[in-house]
Order: sequence, then C-alpha cells, then structure tokens
Amino acid sequence: MNTKMRLFSYNFIDTPIHRLSGLTKLVCFLLLTFAVMYSYDIRVILSMMAFSFCIMWVSQIKFSQIKLMVIYVLIFLITNAVISYFFAPEQGVSIYGTRHEIVRLFGPYWLTWEQLFYQFTKFFKYASVIPLGIIFLLTTNPSEFASSLIGIRIHYKVAIAVALTLRYFPDIQRTYHDISLTQQARGLDLSRKARITDRFKNALLIIIPLIFSSLDRIEVISNAMDLRGFGKHKTRTWYTSRKMTRADHTAIVISALIFIATVWVSVFINHSRFYNPFI
Amino acid sequence: MSLPSIIEFQDFSFQYFSQAEPTLHHLNLKIYPGEKILIVGPSGSGKSTIGHCLNGLVPFSYKGDITGSLKIKGLETRDMNIFQLSKMVGTVLQDTDGQFVGLTVGEDIAFVLENDNVPTVEMKSRVEKLAQMVDMQDLLISSPYELSGGQKQRTSLAGVMIDDVDILLFDEPLANLDPATGKTAIEIIDDIHKNSKKTIIIIEHRLEDVLHRNVDRIIVLADGKIIADMGADDLVSSLILKETGIREPLYVTALKYAGVKVTSEMHPGYITTLGIEYSGEALKAWHKGIKPVENQNTNPSVLEIENVSFSYDGVRSILKDISFDIRKGEMISIVGSNGAGKSTLSKLLCGFEKEDQGNIRFNGENIKDKTIKERAEFIGVVMQNPNQMISKPMIYDEVALGLRLRHIPEQQIAARVDKVLEVCGLAPFKSWPISALSYGQKKRMTIAAILVLNPSILILDEPTAGQDFRHYTEIMEFLVEINKLGVTIILITHDMHLMLEYTPRAVVLAGGRKIADKAASVVLTDARLIADANLKETSLFNLAHLAGIEDGTGFVQGFIDYERGVKNR
Repeated sequence: MNTKMRLFSYNFIDTPIHRLSGLTKLVCFLLLTFAVMYSYDIRVILSMMAFSFCIMWVSQIKFSQIKLMVIYVLIFLITNAVISYFFAPEQGVSIYGTRHEIVRLFGPYWLTWEQLFYQFTKFFKYASVIPLGIIFLLTTNPSEFASSLIGIRIHYKVAIAVALTLRYFPDIQRTYHDISLTQQARGLDLSRKARITDRFKNALLIIIPLIFSSLDRIEVISNAMDLRGFGKHKTRTWYTSRKMTRADHTAIVISALIFIATVWVSVFINHSRFYNPFI
Repeated sequence: MSLPSIIEFQDFSFQYFSQAEPTLHHLNLKIYPGEKILIVGPSGSGKSTIGHCLNGLVPFSYKGDITGSLKIKGLETRDMNIFQLSKMVGTVLQDTDGQFVGLTVGEDIAFVLENDNVPTVEMKSRVEKLAQMVDMQDLLISSPYELSGGQKQRTSLAGVMIDDVDILLFDEPLANLDPATGKTAIEIIDDIHKNSKKTIIIIEHRLEDVLHRNVDRIIVLADGKIIADMGADDLVSSLILKETGIREPLYVTALKYAGVKVTSEMHPGYITTLGIEYSGEALKAWHKGIKPVENQNTNPSVLEIENVSFSYDGVRSILKDISFDIRKGEMISIVGSNGAGKSTLSKLLCGFEKEDQGNIRFNGENIKDKTIKERAEFIGVVMQNPNQMISKPMIYDEVALGLRLRHIPEQQIAARVDKVLEVCGLAPFKSWPISALSYGQKKRMTIAAILVLNPSILILDEPTAGQDFRHYTEIMEFLVEINKLGVTIILITHDMHLMLEYTPRAVVLAGGRKIADKAASVVLTDARLIADANLKETSLFNLAHLAGIEDGTGFVQGFIDYERGVKNR
C-alpha cells in the first residue's frame, strides 16, 4: 500500500540471523527473554543488552525501521518508572535492606539510592527485552513463525490462526481505511473537534460495516480451507518449515548457556534474584 | 453414451434449514467423465447450491435436507465427508482473494499437501511442478498483494489441481476478472480440459464469455429446476435464455434486431462457428437503416481535471498528467485494468487523497482546499460492496445518517429521506430493517444514502459487479433515471456491456495515463486500446466483419443507437 506500512515488517536480507529457522529464533527468543526476566542483576542485564545490540547489528536492522517502536517503548517505560515510584517509593529499601537517602521530594516521598538503583535495573531489564523482540519480529518470515509454534507444542489450529491473522490483517486495515473515508464523506467527524461521546458513536459507524463485511469474508475463507482438507488429520506439515542446521543448534546452545549462566549467577553468586551493592 | 457417469443426480432435492422452500427440486442429471459442462442460471436459481452439493459444502457447512441421490464416481455423497469429496472434486471459488489462504503463492499451492502431512521436501517439488503448469513459477514467494486477479486465480487453480482430482468445479470464475483476464481464464480452463481429460464444471451467468471456447453441454437452471440440457447452438437459438433472464450473446441480439431468424443450423453457439451466409445481407440492410442518434452533450463542464499526477510513496506514480472534462449531466465510464489508476482517480475527486500536481475544478472553482466532507456536498461516492457502507439496522436511519451528521433539523431530514426513497423505489420499505433487502435493493439503498446529500456528481465503483442480467439491468436503468434528473454519473468499471450500453463516452486509463477519451463503440473496436486496457473486443465487431461490413465501429455504434431506441419505445 504505502511505504509506511512496510516499516515494521519482515524483509528478507541474507544474514546469519535471517537464515536461522523460525523455530530456532522462537526458542532463542524465549530462552533469552526468560534469562533477562529472571535476573535483577544489573551486570547481567547490561551484558544482555550489549549482546542484543550486537545481534541487531549482525541482522542489519536499521534504526529508521524501528524508530517509532523505540519511541513508544521509551514513553511507556518512563511512565511506568514514574508511576511505580509514586506507588512504591520504598520498594528499593525493602529489597536491599538498607536506606541511603539522597533528598526529600515532598511529603513521605524520599529519593533513596536503593530506589534509584532498583528502578534503574528494572528500566534496563525491560529495555533489554525490546531489542530481542524486534530482532525476532523483523527477521522471521511470518509463516515460518506460525510453523515454529508447532515446534513448541502449540496446536496447529492455533498456529494457522496466527498465520491467517498475518495474511488478512492488511486486508482488514485497507477495508477499515476505505470505510472510514466513505463515512467521512457522509459527514462523519473523526477529528478531535468532536466530543468524546460522539467520537465513540462515530467509531461505531466504521466498525459495524467493517464487522459485517469481514463476516462475509470469513465464510469464504473457512469454506476455502474446508474444501482443501484443513483439519483432516491430527498433524500437519508446513511448506515453509526448514531443516535444523548446525547454525540452528549452535544458536540454541548459546542461548541455553546464557540462560543457565544467569540463573547460576543468581543462585550461586548473588544468592537471590537481586544483585545487592549496598551490603 | 455407454460410459458410466462420473456424477449422477437422481431425483435430487435440497432444502437449506434456513429456508422455507427447497432450493433444488428433483434434479436428474448425468455427467460423464471428461465432459465440460456449463451451468447457467440467474441469481437465486440454485446454481451455486449445485456447486456446494458437488464439493461437499452442502451439507458439511451449509446444513439442510437432502432427498434423492447424488453419486460421484458411484459413491453416494451423503455417506462421504467433505475431505473425501475434496479428493474427487476440486473447487476454484469465485473470490480468488478470499480463497488465497497462504502468505505466499508457494504456500497457497501447498495448502492441500500440508493438510495431508506430505513431507516438506516432496511438497516443494510438487508445488514447483504445478506452478510451472499455470505459469506462476517465478512468483512462488510473492504475497497476494503483489498479484493481479488473474494470477490469484491461477494460484487457486494450481492449489486445487495439486491433489490430482478428477473433477474441477469453477464457481463463477469470471466474476472478479477484467475482460482480457477473463478471456485468458476461459482459455486456461479449456487447455486443462484438453490436456488432462478431467471433467470440468463451470458455474457462470456470463454465457457469452464462457462460450469463447467450446463446452459440451449447457445446463440451464431456473428456480431450482433444470429447464434445459443442450448444446450451445440449440440453447442460443431457443427462447430459453430470454425466459430465464440470462443475457444472450450480443451478436445474437444483433442478428435478431436485423430480423434474422436464428436457428441451430447456423451454429450460433460460438461466434467462431456462426454461419453467416444467409444473414449478411439482412445485417447490412439493418445497419444502413439505423438513424444515428445525436446525443452530443453540449452542457458546460461540471468537473475539469487538469494535468493531475499522483503517487502514494513519491516513487512510483499512480497517475500521470491526467486531463479531461466531464460535462454536466453526462454518464461516463472510466475503464482500465486493475492497477491502472481508476480507483485512485476517484479518491482524488472525493478528496480521500490529495493530487501531487494539477488541478481539479468543480463548476470552474478549484477544489484543492476542500475537505472530504465539503466535497461530499457535490461529489458522492458509492462503494462496490454495499456491506462496506451499511452501519445502521434500519433503512430510514441509514439513509438519514448523512443528514443527521450534518445536524439538519429532523423535519427537513424526514422530507428529504422520503423524497430520495421515492426516487429509488424504496418508499414501501421505509420502515424495514436492512437485513430484509435483497442485494440489489441494498445497493440502491446505499445509492439513496448518498443521493440524499444532493450531490451533483455521483461516482460508482463497479455498480453491477457480480449481478445477473436482471439485476444488472435494474441497477443500470435506475442510474439512467437518476441521470435524467440531472445528476452527472461517473462509473468505474471493466464491464464492457455496461460501457457499451449505458455510457456514450469512456475514458481509458492504462499504467496511470489516459490513453483514450472516446465513444465506447470506438474503444471496444480499437485493437490497441483493447490490449492496453485489458479489455476484449466486442463480438458485435466480429459480427460486422463476418457480414462483410467494413465500418465495424459504425456498426457497433449503430447497434447501441438502435438498442437505446428499442428501450425508449
């Protein structure tokens, strides 16, 4: 449709990351995400982040492709940080067991080194998952992604639902756009000038035709699938599935090692999920 | 024929649970291996239901009561499930886009094999082979968004044939294709029939287009009953087509106008077999006798399009330097293949997109700075699919919507809605729910919902898509009525009959450029324009040649003038 829509979607470039199978990437993504989510050790988190940036560089993802996403994520993380401070300003103190005050902000709100360190860790923890997700999304062929779900024991009907969503999403988007324009021509005001309640009612005027025209389409699609034997057997093969290569095995082993290493650091070095520099 | 039949209906009836009356009544029909059968019938005749019964969607997806028997390859279908049936009957659906379930061509062709647990390696080689057969081997990794309608249909065909089925069923294969692509589709189906000896069943209401190539038998269906089972020559020379409301080939209509008695001895089923020996003189005489109609529209221009260019992404231009005027009260068609820029042009007119260069003037005033809503006061647009416009449950509310959104007092609204419902012949249904309307009525209601805003120009995108002859005529005659009230009508279409019969003037777009702005009779007889715009030569032109009339274009124009005369009488 236009260039904007291609910004955040799969593009094939020949890099070692793109060449990995969808299943490998899914497994690695899950292992690394768990690793990062498990640990509250800033050293682990920062090294993970450095690692993800390396992978991002290898897979030739350009900043312009992900700019919008990065901005949204940053806004979310900052909001999250501010709000969690106001709800639990003493969280850091109760975790690390010490209290080093910096300054009193107002009322009961003190800024402590513990709280700052805790929130800093949390911020980077979330921030380091994002590059992993971006890499996974941008380097995995959508239908390979669907077939990879089978590899982690998800039923193929769920997998095909994912694939179909990817297949028809642009259609629905386009229909939505067309309906919205024709309804605007009839006088629909979607701008900020309209009152909130009106805007809600007006949105319905687009969504209702969208639903009804989509229902027609669903009938066609499900007939087409029935006629071509979908759901006949308990299992199903995939045109896009690839044989696991040595690169795939290596990638999984590396990710597994990283996962084990973070758990090991927590259990044997920190004796907790948190790294405590205050004691 | 002593061969055992491959399909046999015996006193077969079917009634959907949701309907009060049976859709198919006591059918008796035998189809033999290797035959090519065409099933025709108006909307609601039950022809799609026959298709559903053959491929198992009845009763698998659409439940109902079956009586009598339907055997395919000697097996009773009611004892089989849809999967067993799909191994014998392969179906290419009408909506080739909806049918495209894969993310790429390769995946879509492989869909059946995936469901059959065929190993990936074997799957790849079989897909390769089938793709080659339908000439799609270079597009295996293309997504449906990069394909034309014809290419999607080829993909569907490959996806069905990969299973090596004995029977191929085509459900309205021409519905979504432009004329040239439709012609190719009929040729591909014919080639497959010749090369593979498969049994082919085509369900279609566009008789003339299917008869571009030979068919063995034509089954005519009306009100759920088989009323004819004969060859093309017999059918075309009978009264059956007229009685059932199926459009006869245009050249046959011309022969009849010329006073020629069309008999099956003339082999009138296909233009290529038509024996013209005795009718040439009659045609010439008729042609000479037609008085040309002077309908030069000399009104001032209502819309001037001047050097308009447009591109979505700033790289690939969709419209290049388009200029033409539309006069007040004209009925004009904009034609061209998919991707020629027809829809984009209409979006520019309505302000959905802004032209990069050039000017659009309405009654001499540049409308560059007018918003979508402001433009809607004088240019109304009606989408192809009525369901995409309907957002209210009741007819009155739907038609009133545009006025209510403009905060017009309810009293005025009532008066305007009543008037427009009257014009559109929907007054008796004023307080009905929309769900009670037929497709054609819904279409008229969406037109009413736009007309209520009193636009002076109405743009319609494929107003007759998927309609049978009766509904087509109904919708078009309705538009003629509105046109007579002074509304300028712009039709975006690739229906050649529509162009020829209803719009004296056609603007032809190809590759984003305007390549012609001429009378429809000129466009449809100009070989170069036909090729560039993915159209098809009208059979009237071939008829003129057969009859030895040199001025083919004049003959076509004469036919249009004569036909208008007949209709206005």
